[in-house]
Amino acid sequence: MTDNADRLLEVRGLKKYFKVGKNKILKAVDDVSFSIRQGETLGVVGESGCGKTTCGRTCLGIYPKTDGQVLYRGEDVHAMDKKSRQSFTKQAQIIFQDPYASLDPKMKVQEIIAEGIRAHGMAKNEAEIRERVEGLLATVGLDPAYGSRYVHEFSGGQRQRIGIARALAVEPAFIVCDEPISALDVSIQAQIVNLLERLQRERGLTYMFIAHDLSMVRHISDRVMVMYLGKIMEITTADQLYDSPRHPYTQALLSAIPIPDPRVEAAKVRIRMDGEIPSPIDPPRGCRFQNRCPYAEQRCREQEPGLREVGDEHFVACHL
Amino acid sequence: MSKILQVKNLSVHFDTHAGKIQAVRDVSFGIREKKVTAIVGESGCGKSVTAKTIMGLIQRPGVIAEESRIFFQGEDILTYTEKQWEDYRGQRCSIVFQDALTALNPTMNIGKQITEKIRVHRRTSRQEAWQEGIRMLEQVGIPGAAMRMRQYPHEFSGGMRQRAMIAIALTLHPQLLIADEPTTALDVTIQADILEMMKEIQKEQGMTIILITHDLGIVADFAQDIIVMYAGKIVEKGSAEDIFYHPAHPYTEALLRAVPRLDILGGQLETIEGAPPNMAAPPTGCPFADRCKKRLPVCETRSPQETELAEGHQVFCWLQGGNDDDR
Repeated sequence: MTDNADRLLEVRGLKKYFKVGKNKILKAVDDVSFSIRQGETLGVVGESGCGKTTCGRTCLGIYPKTDGQVLYRGEDVHAMDKKSRQSFTKQAQIIFQDPYASLDPKMKVQEIIAEGIRAHGMAKNEAEIRERVEGLLATVGLDPAYGSRYVHEFSGGQRQRIGIARALAVEPAFIVCDEPISALDVSIQAQIVNLLERLQRERGLTYMFIAHDLSMVRHISDRVMVMYLGKIMEITTADQLYDSPRHPYTQALLSAIPIPDPRVEAAKVRIRMDGEIPSPIDPPRGCRFQNRCPYAEQRCREQEPGLREVGDEHFVACHL
Repeated sequence: MSKILQVKNLSVHFDTHAGKIQAVRDVSFGIREKKVTAIVGESGCGKSVTAKTIMGLIQRPGVIAEESRIFFQGEDILTYTEKQWEDYRGQRCSIVFQDALTALNPTMNIGKQITEKIRVHRRTSRQEAWQEGIRMLEQVGIPGAAMRMRQYPHEFSGGMRQRAMIAIALTLHPQLLIADEPTTALDVTIQADILEMMKEIQKEQGMTIILITHDLGIVADFAQDIIVMYAGKIVEKGSAEDIFYHPAHPYTEALLRAVPRLDILGGQLETIEGAPPNMAAPPTGCPFADRCKKRLPVCETRSPQETELAEGHQVFCWLQGGNDDDR
């Protein structure tokens, strides 16, 4: 790995547990360590319940952690004083999956976008706020006059643009994009992804891009992290992950993706997994993937594998 | 090959307070028997409304236009009485929805839901129906079928629930199965398992399937025929080969290029600028005209007619002739 200086976010042994019912603990994120470099996009993929969303939210301090550390520019996100916390919330933002549920229906678009500008005292007067809001709407490809409308007047794609404008309003350096395109139509998805890419180029943004659409993740990410039942299974560059996946789970996941080409699809060999994802309340012993892994051996059932380096920037949690 | 279903000039609109929403506008197509036909398009293109019309599920405020005809094995099902619909639904044609949690009855165990359907249509004993139910669950790959029969939908995982719904749909061995986004709510690995299972059953039983989806990926290795819809109209139809390798409509081309391919690396994704039209006041010309990079002046004013490019491959586009027969 490269030196510490260019690491924007450093996560060490992060755990996030939820209590569910009596004496039951859901280990949503269980001892994960990774870092995100300045200006890069880290894709986070995995199936429902793998902990990817919880991981993103805990990194932003939206959820308190159970254990471990999240360092943003060297400072612990969960142990900040009021002032640092204020500065962190300005620098780190989130874009949510559902543009229907994440924007207040009772607020005008300009108020939604201006909220952060006001909270951080980023404008001297109302005229400046208005100017900024109009500029932001134009940046995300919306008519500046839309500011006086309400969210219900917009389509899904437009709402997601409003969500992006809201996140950009405080001039952040780091944005967690939590499934920002899953609720959108294909033709609109490409628009939003291109917008995110353009903003990253223009503003030097760093993204944590959480998604279950692996094709889109490959397209947008520099590095990709694969999660399964709260653990990191594999983390490496996007190209290496897709060209030479090492973890059986990654291989199975990739082989399940339908490719829009009948000839390629007909020739594809699928790696099957047995059964379904076990409950994260009672995960299997040893490697979390062992009961579905086609190659599982005795030691996989007994010992939990840690992440080990198998190549340049390529880490895998697998005994084999 | 014979056509099991012929849809002729189908138009469906919904009277709402926002105006008359013209969900499906003068659509005609045929479905080949024992084949899989995919109807592909984005939200609001009319694909699900078309499917529901074929199942006889359009209710007020939905209105099917008078000139519409749907022939199932030669009979016009739109003239059916309620009794005839009941015989048709379930026995001859069945539907699987996207969301099994809302489609299944939460207060009834799966076994009851299957046996009820069997006993409404067939004279069988409760026990025979129960055994048949177990066989159906086994067929769709649900482990421990006998035990699962006594469980309620909430006790099933998303993938298993979807399988159970497919089992119910297949129970009376319908000739036509409509699958309306059957795997959209599922994870990719579960999706792949379910599609594989459906493919196997389709081959074994020679069933006809209409697959409604927005995902061109799942269509690629499943459907033999593809119908592409946009804003209530068909823009192109043809074999999977035609649509994937020789797309003729600019919308089909754009749709294929807007999805990133896992196996091909590219730079910027090609976008389709703008958004689909408002269906309360759909454009008079080609529905895709205002988003089309290749549009001609005529595209905005007059709707193109069907042009046959090759056998079984038809497109509705002025660039391909447009076949102006209103002149």
